[in-house]
Amino acid sequence: MADKKYETVIGLEIHAEFSTHSKLFCTCEVKFGSDANTQTCPICLGMPGVLPVMNKRALEFAIRAGLAMNCKIASYSKFDRKNYFYPDLPKGYQISQYDLPLACDGYVDFEFEDEIKRVRIHRVHLEEDAGKLVHADVTGDPNRSYVDFNRSCVPLLEIVSEPNLRSPAAAIAYWRAVKEILEYIDVSDCNMEEGSFRCDANISLRPVGSEEFGTRTELKNKNSFQHVLAALQYEEKRQARILDEGGTVEQVTLLYDLNTGRTSPMRSKEEAHDYRYFPEPDLAPFEVDPEEVERLRSTLPELPAERRKRFVEEYGIPAYDAGFLTTTRQMADFFDETARLSGDPKASSNWIMGDVSALLNSAGIGIQDAKVTAAHLSELIQLIKGGTISGKIAKSVIADVFETGKFPKQIVEEKGLAQISDTSAIEAVVDQVIAAHSGPAQDYRDGKKKALGFLVGQVMRATRGKANPQMVNQLLRRKLDG
Amino acid sequence: MATITTDDVKHVANLARLEFSEEETQQFTHQLARILDYIGKLNELDTTDVPPTSHVLPIRNVVKEDVAEPSYDRDLVLATAPAAEEGHFEVPQVIE
Repeated sequence: MADKKYETVIGLEIHAEFSTHSKLFCTCEVKFGSDANTQTCPICLGMPGVLPVMNKRALEFAIRAGLAMNCKIASYSKFDRKNYFYPDLPKGYQISQYDLPLACDGYVDFEFEDEIKRVRIHRVHLEEDAGKLVHADVTGDPNRSYVDFNRSCVPLLEIVSEPNLRSPAAAIAYWRAVKEILEYIDVSDCNMEEGSFRCDANISLRPVGSEEFGTRTELKNKNSFQHVLAALQYEEKRQARILDEGGTVEQVTLLYDLNTGRTSPMRSKEEAHDYRYFPEPDLAPFEVDPEEVERLRSTLPELPAERRKRFVEEYGIPAYDAGFLTTTRQMADFFDETARLSGDPKASSNWIMGDVSALLNSAGIGIQDAKVTAAHLSELIQLIKGGTISGKIAKSVIADVFETGKFPKQIVEEKGLAQISDTSAIEAVVDQVIAAHSGPAQDYRDGKKKALGFLVGQVMRATRGKANPQMVNQLLRRKLDG
Repeated sequence: MATITTDDVKHVANLARLEFSEEETQQFTHQLARILDYIGKLNELDTTDVPPTSHVLPIRNVVKEDVAEPSYDRDLVLATAPAAEEGHFEVPQVIE
């Protein structure tokens, strides 16, 4: 806030769908994009008399996530029914966790404005996702809504932060950090377009120096960093205006209108909090073995924040590069291996951040789906370092690798791209060029040193870019100066 | 008698999407108070040394392996719906 009259207080509830094979309580497949209602059964449709049974892997994923966010893992945990009516919730209640979540009291460190910030994690719990409501677009009838239950009962992790965030931008940075963590530990694909990673944000303002929280408003179920950022920024200003005028902020759920960039109240929260939670009688409670927790802890990979730090320390690359290279675990693995194999971390980083990323972007794929591997890229780097090819030729070679999956050495051989470092071969071309371009050659002798560039260009052209540019330079100078 | 007001009954009825006449509301207010009184007898027990429980059976950690199996046939699933259209369950319009 520009005037610093108020302090902004933001807390996030993040939801991530787990990428398990089967749903949380039944054997239906977890898969996005299938035809509506083709992944359902009596359990995820909430038919009377069915019995949910806990998915073992979902439980493990939740504990892994809790550990990755530095939480205490409960030794005893249970599930509860959260009661409310909505057409996407077939049972009339959601199986969730109330007073004994699987994990609590953790923290997530994230980078914001060149500093490491820490957000306390209040709790992490496991619940089932609801179905998906489709409006008018199924038949075009505006008076009906339609429900697809493929998503019903998909394992959903809820991560509740303490209201530790002090600006909309910081909230987004934290949200991104959680996304990275969940992707790193391989529990969720966090695909925002597909809705498998979403968040509710609540925001309030209080006079600077005040300990008491102001009245908060809530933004529900958003799956876009940009939208949440814009909505929170709008809301920050709106609340400040109300407080400036001596008014009071009303506790409401807000709808953010993309077109106007404004928020407006969605529905009254009056009854919404009366969920009448009670223990889920269909699921037996869980006792979590501390040894099992330690086993799961030992399987955690190096997390993004640690990895960034190590990349800077071990490889001596700039923090900016380390940040870029650790955006996804696959990219970080790719860099790690390339740096090790090639023995040149800086060159590895440059190639990955430059040509490799450009090729991935234009193909619209991630590194894990590309034909280029660390073995390919490190071989390319070796070829440049060894003087076999020039950096310029290497750019065409990497594009070729990307296309065909062939190794750089093979491509260089097949296409005859090896740099000419043989003095006599280059000398012959240099002599030809000087003879053919006597004008520029004379210009150079007369002191117009710029003419050398033209002559170098001609030699490179005659050798189709394969001559070693340094040798060309030296030979030309020797001939013309001598 | 436990204190249950007609407002409590109206509130719970609203949450359960039930509609009662004034007469029914009075009747349920009285009946619910009596039920609560009856349950209240449990408070007479000394439970000092009884650990809290959330489940009636002495079982723990019931899990299934994470294996996907074919789902139900969609036509069968939708046959149980009051209304269906284009592979979806059809419901009255929900305004968000």
